Formats: sequence, C-alpha cells, structure tokens
Amino acid sequence: MTQLALVIDLNVCVGCHACVTSCKEWNTSGSAGPMVDQNPYGADPTGTFFNRVQTFEVGEFPNTETVHFPKSCLHCEDPPCVPVCPTGASYKRPEDGIVLVDYDKCIGCKYCSWACPYGARELDEQQRVMKKCTLCVDRIHDMSMSPDDRLPACVKACPTSARLFGDIHDPASAVSLAIRESGGYPLMPEWGTHPANHYLPRRKTRIKIHADELERADNPLKVDGLLPRPARSEPTLDDVTTW
Amino acid sequence: MALALLVAGLAASFFHLGHPERAWRSAAMWRTSWLSREVIVLPAFMGVVFLYGATHWLDWHPVLVTLPGGLPVDPSVILGVAGTLLAFALFLCTAMIYACLKFLGEWHSPLTVINYILLGGASGFTLAAAFAAVTAPELVSFLAGWAAIITLLGLFSRSASLVRNARLKPKSTLQTAIGISNRRIVQKTQGFMGGSFNTREFFHGQPVLVVRGVKWFFMLAVFPLPLLLLLAGIHGGSIALGAAFVVQYLGLLAERWFFFAQANHPQNLYYQAIA
Repeated sequence: MTQLALVIDLNVCVGCHACVTSCKEWNTSGSAGPMVDQNPYGADPTGTFFNRVQTFEVGEFPNTETVHFPKSCLHCEDPPCVPVCPTGASYKRPEDGIVLVDYDKCIGCKYCSWACPYGARELDEQQRVMKKCTLCVDRIHDMSMSPDDRLPACVKACPTSARLFGDIHDPASAVSLAIRESGGYPLMPEWGTHPANHYLPRRKTRIKIHADELERADNPLKVDGLLPRPARSEPTLDDVTTW
Repeated sequence: MALALLVAGLAASFFHLGHPERAWRSAAMWRTSWLSREVIVLPAFMGVVFLYGATHWLDWHPVLVTLPGGLPVDPSVILGVAGTLLAFALFLCTAMIYACLKFLGEWHSPLTVINYILLGGASGFTLAAAFAAVTAPELVSFLAGWAAIITLLGLFSRSASLVRNARLKPKSTLQTAIGISNRRIVQKTQGFMGGSFNTREFFHGQPVLVVRGVKWFFMLAVFPLPLLLLLAGIHGGSIALGAAFVVQYLGLLAERWFFFAQANHPQNLYYQAIA
C-alpha cells in the first residue's frame, strides 16, 4: 500500500517561507476554489494556509540554535480527524494515503480541527469549510505534467531541498532511505497517530583537523625560510638571468 | 416544553455550522462518529417526546399488556420508557463527542460522561419541579427531591473532575511537538503576524482571573444555590423553584464555557509567539 508523505529536513530548512507562498499560490488557483484572505492589507489580516513555517530557539544563550519548522498536515496513518467527521467529508484515500476533505460534503462543524493534535486544519472563513494540505493531489497525479512537475508545490519551491516527497511504504524510496538513515522522526508520537510526514533532525557537522593539516611539516616555504638570507651586495635574480 | 427546548437545541446546532443546509449529511458516519450518533439520537428523541405528548394530549390510553403485578401498559408508558432511554443515549452521545478526544486530557475521562448525565438530569428535574409547582403540585416534592439529589451527585462528580484536571500533566510538550529533546525551547514566531483559525478557535483569550471567577460562579450557581432554593420550594414554592432553575441554568452556561476554556489543546504549543 502506498503512503505518500513529506520528509522535512530541519537541518537544511532556512525558514524562507517559499513553501508557504508557493503552496498558497498553487492551491488558491486550484479547482477546489480559492483560499481567500480576510482583510489582507488591513490592520488585522488573516487567511487560510495549508502550510506554515515556524521558528523556535533551542537551548540557552549563548548555546542556542534557531530551528525553522515547517508545519502542514502530516497525513497520519491513523488519522484521528477522519473517524470523528459526522458526514464522511474527511477521508483517507486508500490508494495513496492522502487525508483529504470533500469540500462539498463538509458542514463546517470544526469537530475535526478539535480532533487533530497538530492544528493542521484551518477553517476557510469565506467558504465555511475545513481546509488542509492535500499534498497537491491535483499536481502529483496529473499525467499532463512532466514527471519533474508531479511534486507538491512546496517541494518544487524549496531552494535548499529541505523537503522530500515520496512513498514511505516503499523501503527503496528516497524518503524511506532518509527516514532510515538520517534519523527521521514523527511529531507527537505519544498519541499513536502515526504521522506519515517525518522530520529529519538537526545534525552537527564536525570534522577533526589535525595541526599538521593546517601547517605542513614539509612546507617548502618553511624549508626555504631556513636558508641563509643573501647579503644586500649579492646580485639579485634579475641581475643574473635574462627572462 | 421539552420539545421546545430540543427544537431550540437543534436550531442552535444547525446555525453554528458553516453550512447548515448540509446538516442532513451529518447522520452518515454513525459507525465512527459520536457527533453523527448524536445527530441521529436527537431527532429520534424529539419524535418520541412528541408522540408521548400526543398520547397524553389525545388521552389515548388503550391497555396493550398488563404486567404480572397488575400494572396496565399503554402506549404512553412504552413511549416514556423509550424516551428516557433515548434521553440517556443523547447525554451519552453529547458527552462522548468530547470524552472520545484522547489528547484533550481535560475531557478524556468517564467523569465527562457522568457530568453530562448528572448536570443535564439535575437541570431537567429542577425545571420539571418548577413546572409542576404551577401545573401538578402533587409531583413537586418528588421532582424537587430528585433534582436536589442529582444536583448533589453532580456536585461530587464535577468537583472530582475539577480535582482531576487540576492535577493533569499534559502529555505533549514543545519537545514532542517539534521532536527536539533540548529542555529549553522557545517559540520565536508562529509563522504569521495576523491571527488564524488556530489562534482564534482554541484560545479563549481571557485572563486567569476571569477563568477562575467563572469557575467559582458556576460552582455556586449550579450546586449550592439551586440546592437551597430546591429545598425551600420542595413543598410547592413555585417562585423558589423557578429561581432555582434560572440560577442553575445560568450556572450551567458558565460551566460549559469553563469546560471549553479548560481544554488545553496540544495544537496550542505551536501558537505561542508572534515575531
């Protein structure tokens, strides 16, 4: 069974919000209708987004690290938002594991948002239905696009390739490899939701440099430096050679 | 009167939806969703209450069976039993909507179900007692007595849930939320400066003092005050019983607000700071 998912590398994310804006751009232009903002240029702007990038400071000054943390629907393998939906508008696609909302069935009761511990769902204030990340379901299966473009908009936009996309149930896929070999982990594992999206941890890059690698013992310059300095009266190189 | 309250409840539930015209769809997922089950039980209960009222209104009491003890069974008895069971089912469904959410620790407890049944039963009996004081004085002491007993039981169960929730330690922390084990993590920005659904829906935005005030208000208005008024009116004082209902009802509104305010949603961990 296929379970499509994102794997987000926190070691690489620079917090540029390109995934946020490209997500909004693609999904607001989609067939499901716009993701309308309220008061976008006013004092208190608000709107629906599928993806947010948050920033955390980890550690005590001066030993702190800034962690940029992209957050969207995690497409849980056991999604708590789906069984609570009274209309069946929230569902998990058996063929690729994407959790979706049928905007024509949603009654806007917000129960699913209360059932999601990650706050991944946002109510569209204009359409009065619950919205969430679709993993760009209208891109990734669109055979009229070139294979390079059949990726979620956020993945395409990421300038540092912090976002990987693929089938985590396929042990040979790049995402499975990344989870396995780079310590990929799920969020809030304590609730048993088994999020499909995984995060790769920050990694410390350390190399051991020995003193003789910085300063070679057989450095010819140093050998030269040890030769006696010629006297000022002796001819220079220019005096004895013609170039 | 019960039907009018139920209709009011149904209307309120319709119009808090984003799409009231699609509310009929919400009965579809009764296999998994307590909300869907509630949507089915509520109209069923309304129908039974209507039929129960109709049998009495039309004075239609053909004896269907006679129980061994000599007790005649007519349609209104059957409907009354069915209605009582459905009332319990409705309380159960409503409470389970909240109690089934396992990561909302304040709600995820059998006490939530017990509280819904007891508080609903208490206010129902109080209203019935006040109504009986005007229409059927011979039932007043029975109804007011039970109202007082259920109110007292409710006091115990609600206090128990307050004590339980005060000791509750959230399972999710900032560490599990972003999967970094450092002891000191501070959010610097939630990613946007304006509000969002996440910042509006799950935060009550009231200072601690207000929350605490509401708690003490409902602990007074739902339990001791109506208890005193019920005991004062147990022999038919319709004013005291009416007052008991009004005070208890206002208290229950505060209780429900507090119930929601106390729920500490794990998603709040992600929405702590605006850069």
